[in-house]
Amino acid sequence: MKIHEYQAKELLAACGATVPKGIVVSNSEEALKAFDQLGGKPVVLKAQVHAGGRGKGHFKGHSDPQLGGVKFIPNRDKVKSVADVMFQYPLVTKQTASEGQPVSKVLVQEAADIEKELYVGMVLDRTIGLPVLMASSEGGVDIEEVAAKSPEKILKLPISPETGLLPFQARKVAFDLGLSDKHIDQAVKVFMALSQVFLEKDCSLAEINPLIITKQGNIEVLDAKFNFDDNALFRHPDIVEMRDLSEENPAEIRAGKANLNFIQLSGNIGCLVNGAGLAMGTMDIIKYYGGDPANFLDVGGGVTAEGAIEAFRIILSDPKVKGILVNIFGGIAKCDLIAEALVKAGREVGFKVPVVVRLEGTNVQKAREILKSVQAELPMIRSAGDLTEAAKLIVSLSK
Amino acid sequence: MSILINKETRVICQGLGKAGTFHAIQCRDYGTKMVGGITPGKGGTVKEGFPLFNTVHEAVQKTGADASMIFVPPPAAADAIMEAADAGIKVIIAITEGIPVLDMAKAVRYLKQKSGVTLIGPNCPGVITPDQCKIGIMPGYIHKAGGVGLISRSGTLTYEAVFQLSALGLGQSTCVGIGGDPIIGTNQIDLLAMFEKDPQTEAILMIGEIGGTAEERAAEYIRKNVTKPVAAFIAGQTAPEGRRMGHAGAIISGGSGSAVDKIAALKAAGIVVADTPAMLGSAVQKAIEIAKSKK
Repeated sequence: MKIHEYQAKELLAACGATVPKGIVVSNSEEALKAFDQLGGKPVVLKAQVHAGGRGKGHFKGHSDPQLGGVKFIPNRDKVKSVADVMFQYPLVTKQTASEGQPVSKVLVQEAADIEKELYVGMVLDRTIGLPVLMASSEGGVDIEEVAAKSPEKILKLPISPETGLLPFQARKVAFDLGLSDKHIDQAVKVFMALSQVFLEKDCSLAEINPLIITKQGNIEVLDAKFNFDDNALFRHPDIVEMRDLSEENPAEIRAGKANLNFIQLSGNIGCLVNGAGLAMGTMDIIKYYGGDPANFLDVGGGVTAEGAIEAFRIILSDPKVKGILVNIFGGIAKCDLIAEALVKAGREVGFKVPVVVRLEGTNVQKAREILKSVQAELPMIRSAGDLTEAAKLIVSLSK
Repeated sequence: MSILINKETRVICQGLGKAGTFHAIQCRDYGTKMVGGITPGKGGTVKEGFPLFNTVHEAVQKTGADASMIFVPPPAAADAIMEAADAGIKVIIAITEGIPVLDMAKAVRYLKQKSGVTLIGPNCPGVITPDQCKIGIMPGYIHKAGGVGLISRSGTLTYEAVFQLSALGLGQSTCVGIGGDPIIGTNQIDLLAMFEKDPQTEAILMIGEIGGTAEERAAEYIRKNVTKPVAAFIAGQTAPEGRRMGHAGAIISGGSGSAVDKIAALKAAGIVVADTPAMLGSAVQKAIEIAKSKK
């Protein structure tokens, strides 16, 4: 699960990190009020969307392509007009869909005098099975380039999940970054706060980029991005509260409610598969024979008729879909039950596009007989003998 | 011979809820020596023929159990894994899906302090040595005893592989589902070493997924240390970057863990890589033929 920048900063501030003064607003009137409350000094308006690359983005449909999701506002005159654009048009960045993401919250933040930008983040290192603190004296928007071109410029420190980051470790990182003596204590506070939030709230990723040194000599969190481990949300009701459903794909939300693991893609062949690995493999084989999957869908091991019907409804709600491939390996889930669910789904939802079915495993003979018996009634259902045949067939039928 | 489990293995089940009980019965029906279950507070009673114990320590003492199958729900699953290790269980197979990553980071560190413990999973279908012992949720009947060792990060894709192997007359020595989570107890390299040593295993099939760099490291290990023929498949060649595909592990980020990188590393190590999931069995066949032609 992802949260907004302003929420991430609230979590960090609660653990002792210094964040610039800011006020979250929901319309341009509030933005103006916030500007005044912050003392009428220059501010930055920051559109709150989950996607990255906001500064280099643009608002779809607005006349000025130079106006991005992060905008410096020198005086009161510009506050309302810029905020109006942010609330009116969807923001397109390299990480959003091409139609962009509507903005419902804008952070009005005191503009900072930046002396230097640093990077600090925490993520799970799968190789060693531990969270790792990463820090670099070269922060800012191009940290991914630093990571790719000069990985030696990023310090890495494994963190024990039992003790968290220890003060001496935080001090060492601060000194290794080359910070001057007067900045060490402030930097340590930020690093400790980051580690505390990561471990206490079960983050999967926590980044402060940039962490800035201001010309006044303060260390402040200018931008922050946190993702959380979905499996641990059961013990963090406060984090669940922060979820913003408007940021998520409606079909994916709907699938989640039906316990289906669904991801929308851009192709035209819908997939319905049991198991994540087989679902990915099914997408691969569609592509291998020249097709393009419209979605990833893992219905899970214990798929029910109701689950399968909802899955068909979700797949068919995408107007791009020209055909569906059903690939089920019946292990514990029995093929005949799935065939019955298919028939029920066909009767309830109505198949207007070809549905190629490949079933294998437990009770497969019974399943094939069921599908054969409804051939006249549900002519769009086609059975395939094996996975290769199924993939070739659905690709040719969807062209 | 086989690896990890065989007909002598004595198994308990932790977490005898609805799913746990169903699968414990399935395992017993397959021929696994299921010697009991753990349900705190129900010690001394019997459920579906399984004697129940309050603690794993008690179960080990009274039944001589040396393996455990874990179905405990996610919030308490890491604790169940550590309890099994503390009680002296040697092979812990954690089926539970959805355990918080940080819980697993702590559990795996705890297990490192115990010697001779192997954790398989979590979020895995389990382990089976055909005709001897099944600990997990895989359909037993598709398996056939033989010489192919199977290592997989996926569930149903493993069944797909087994089905294709058995249809080609290629039986399996042991099939291990290592799990799809970012932190797992046993990785590909640990199992490659076991299969290389196991005299029954004649060839190895490794089924990977996008995300992480475990397959790349395994490829390097195979190049240096494995003499048996190896075939592989990587699922997720068409997955978009930055999206989680069901398994927490299956995510590509910043160019690392992509299928292209993995397949290139595997091919460079002389491994036969299946183009599609319909070619898993034939890829093993091909790897065996290539090895024969070199002799």
